[in-house]
Amino acid sequence: MDVRAQVSMVFHLDKCIGCHTCSIACKNVWTDRKGAEYMWWNNVETKPGTGYPSAWEDQEKYKGGWQRVEGGVQLRAVGKVRGAMTVFHNPNLPTIDDYYEPFTYRYQDLFDAPEGADQPTARPISMVTGEPMDIEAGPNWDDDLGGSPMYAANDPNLEQVSAAEREALFEVQRLTFFYLPRICNHCLNPACVAACPSGALYKRGEDGIVLLNQERCRAWRFCVTACPYKKTYFNWSTGKSEKCILCYPRLETGQAPACFHSCVGRIRYLGMILYDADRIQSALAADPDKLVDAQRGLLLDPNDPEVIAGARRNGIPDDVIASAQRSPVYRWVVEWGLALPLHAEHRTLPMLFYVPPLLPVMAKVGDTGYDTSIDDFLGTVDSYRLPIQYMASLFGAGNEGVVRYALRKQLAVRTYRRAVTAGDVDMAKADSLLAAADSNRQQADAIYHLTSIAPFDERFVIPPMHREQAIEMMEDPLTAKGFEGFGFRQRPERGA
Amino acid sequence: MLDILLFGALPYVAMVLFLVVSVRRYRYEPFSFSSLSSQFLETRRLFWGSVPFHVGILAVFFGHLTGFLFPRELVLWNRVPVRLLVFEVTGLAFALLVLFGLSGLLWRRLTTSRLRVNTSPADLLVHAMLFFQVLTGLDIALRLRWGSTWFAEALAPYLRSIFLFQPDVARMAEMPLSVKLHVVGAFFFFAAFSYTRLVHILVAPVPYLWRPLQVAIWNRARPQNPAA
Ligand code: HEM
Ligand code: SF4
Ligand code: SF4
Repeated sequence: MDVRAQVSMVFHLDKCIGCHTCSIACKNVWTDRKGAEYMWWNNVETKPGTGYPSAWEDQEKYKGGWQRVEGGVQLRAVGKVRGAMTVFHNPNLPTIDDYYEPFTYRYQDLFDAPEGADQPTARPISMVTGEPMDIEAGPNWDDDLGGSPMYAANDPNLEQVSAAEREALFEVQRLTFFYLPRICNHCLNPACVAACPSGALYKRGEDGIVLLNQERCRAWRFCVTACPYKKTYFNWSTGKSEKCILCYPRLETGQAPACFHSCVGRIRYLGMILYDADRIQSALAADPDKLVDAQRGLLLDPNDPEVIAGARRNGIPDDVIASAQRSPVYRWVVEWGLALPLHAEHRTLPMLFYVPPLLPVMAKVGDTGYDTSIDDFLGTVDSYRLPIQYMASLFGAGNEGVVRYALRKQLAVRTYRRAVTAGDVDMAKADSLLAAADSNRQQADAIYHLTSIAPFDERFVIPPMHREQAIEMMEDPLTAKGFEGFGFRQRPERGA
Repeated sequence: MLDILLFGALPYVAMVLFLVVSVRRYRYEPFSFSSLSSQFLETRRLFWGSVPFHVGILAVFFGHLTGFLFPRELVLWNRVPVRLLVFEVTGLAFALLVLFGLSGLLWRRLTTSRLRVNTSPADLLVHAMLFFQVLTGLDIALRLRWGSTWFAEALAPYLRSIFLFQPDVARMAEMPLSVKLHVVGAFFFFAAFSYTRLVHILVAPVPYLWRPLQVAIWNRARPQNPAA
């Protein structure tokens, strides 16, 4: 057992209201700069939909992630040999038009326009060329267009859904959607790191945060192709790739990342988990329908004495272990089996887990309006408005079982809470539903608590990062006293 | 006098600038080291420029290197006329590939508005210098035929004399004009090299070929095996 620690995350999709506050918080802190205007390290997309960049899940086009080969996994494109062959022109690189051309408005025209019969207008101008432009796309252009033929119908995950069901999905009565907020998953087997020929990308050993060293990036841009989530971005002005840094400067000072901190729906959870690095190889080689379980199998119970001993052997400080024990992530992912990785089939072992949403699942529209009866709840999981194959394509690597399990348990918890608070459900029935969903009242109470009422520091259990030790390892803090600091030594601008 | 400046002094200025500025820039301005890829802004025409250009220029570069390092062996190889022809025609083909690619790159850069705003004076200088080198080189190849053979006797000693710090200016002074232009152009190229995006050649990611794929960096000392 080789115990390591990783900051990992859970997003509860039933709670996301699609407000984009997270995206704005991130943008204001990190990407409000020339060349980064189009970047949304945190973005929120509507599902079904094509997302950002457009159709990023279409790996026929972008060739991101790993694929299984004899004796292990291999990057789908780039990598050592194919990278060398495509360095001068990368056929799988998304371009600015796959995202959108960033724009602003010429507000000054509103003041400078000569007096006339018409209202002056502020024309949109490109933030790349400065020239007037027609806006044709934006970072959330498919927002709420769950039924649109342009966006929803082109969702790559619908390939898993039968033609008849796909058609039914776009009947007006069935139209539905949910939101999918996305950040870098800080993967255990990051394709971006493996693809970077300069060694600019790396995983921090102590907490697993994946970072991109701006001083070593040389714009070979393989990481952009390699990441199946398209969460590394190319800054067209500086000629450097950039990515989500999980707000490590905030984490190191005990604060939640900006998108977590600002989340209005309180959908986000963060904490340390312990995992077994020795098992990564076998998890990577798992069959597609076993991938989710194999990934969950990497996570270790932080209360197991053997795990604690292994963690201590590997130099993980006691207060970090204690933090892992209080972390909400292990409960969501392993104990309760409610949170699932997004697109595990790309074998990057993403460390951001999603609780699949119940809402578009449950609400059925009958002849007389919304059917809110709860008689046949478990039946509805299979006859809901978004086909289970669709959800399995997103969250189960194709395995419907793990998705069904998570949805059933959520329904059971909901029924149980209804019995407790409204009393219009028979408690015996709630109990039987819980039992059928592999749960019980005690667990349901805990799930309810963490879902609905957990305060800030139960949702975000920020581990002590021990930067003081790290800094002492590198240099004597006293020698740096009175100097300008450790940051950029020159302005991050385009080289000649 | 001009000959002494151009063939006696300029090579050393170029050498010093190339070495000192590159090292200084790498150490103190690592952020500025980048190929400054523009594929994100324009991809289709880049293919028709960048790929032929790079394939051609790398072949031409190694062709020149062979001539500099092994002039005698090259002459011996060229003794059989067919081999000479193969060598020269291959070289010419790659040079034309460079010309084709370079023209495409420049055309693309000047006619794409997204690229025009993202082009520095240094980029234009690089294109101008490369054009100059390719055109004078082609001129030599076509008019002063079989350079790969006369080179060994006429130019290689001059190059060696530079590195022996006894520049044989007289030998260069006798050269035809296009050869002089090509050589002086090369010195200017190396003098300007480290001020431009050309530094991306110095950091070509060769070590990637034997590096383990995953990279982990530990801040704290690890008591145990630090494998990634
Ligand atoms: C050693 C291997 C080399 C590698 C891996 C390499 C890689 C690259 C890459 C990735 C780009 C960016 C292309 C883009 O816009 O996406 C580039 C551009 C460029 N390279 Fe290289 N290069 C190499 C050698 C050279 C050599 C030997 C020269 C010339 C002496 C050269 C001259 C250029 C120029 C002029 C550009 C700019 C093209 C433009 O955008 O107009 N490169 N190179
Ligand atoms: S999500 Fe993409 S960018 Fe983030 S660690 Fe994984 S492969 Fe790298
Ligand atoms: S801030 Fe929270 S609720 Fe709002 S879109 Fe982002 S993740 Fe969803």
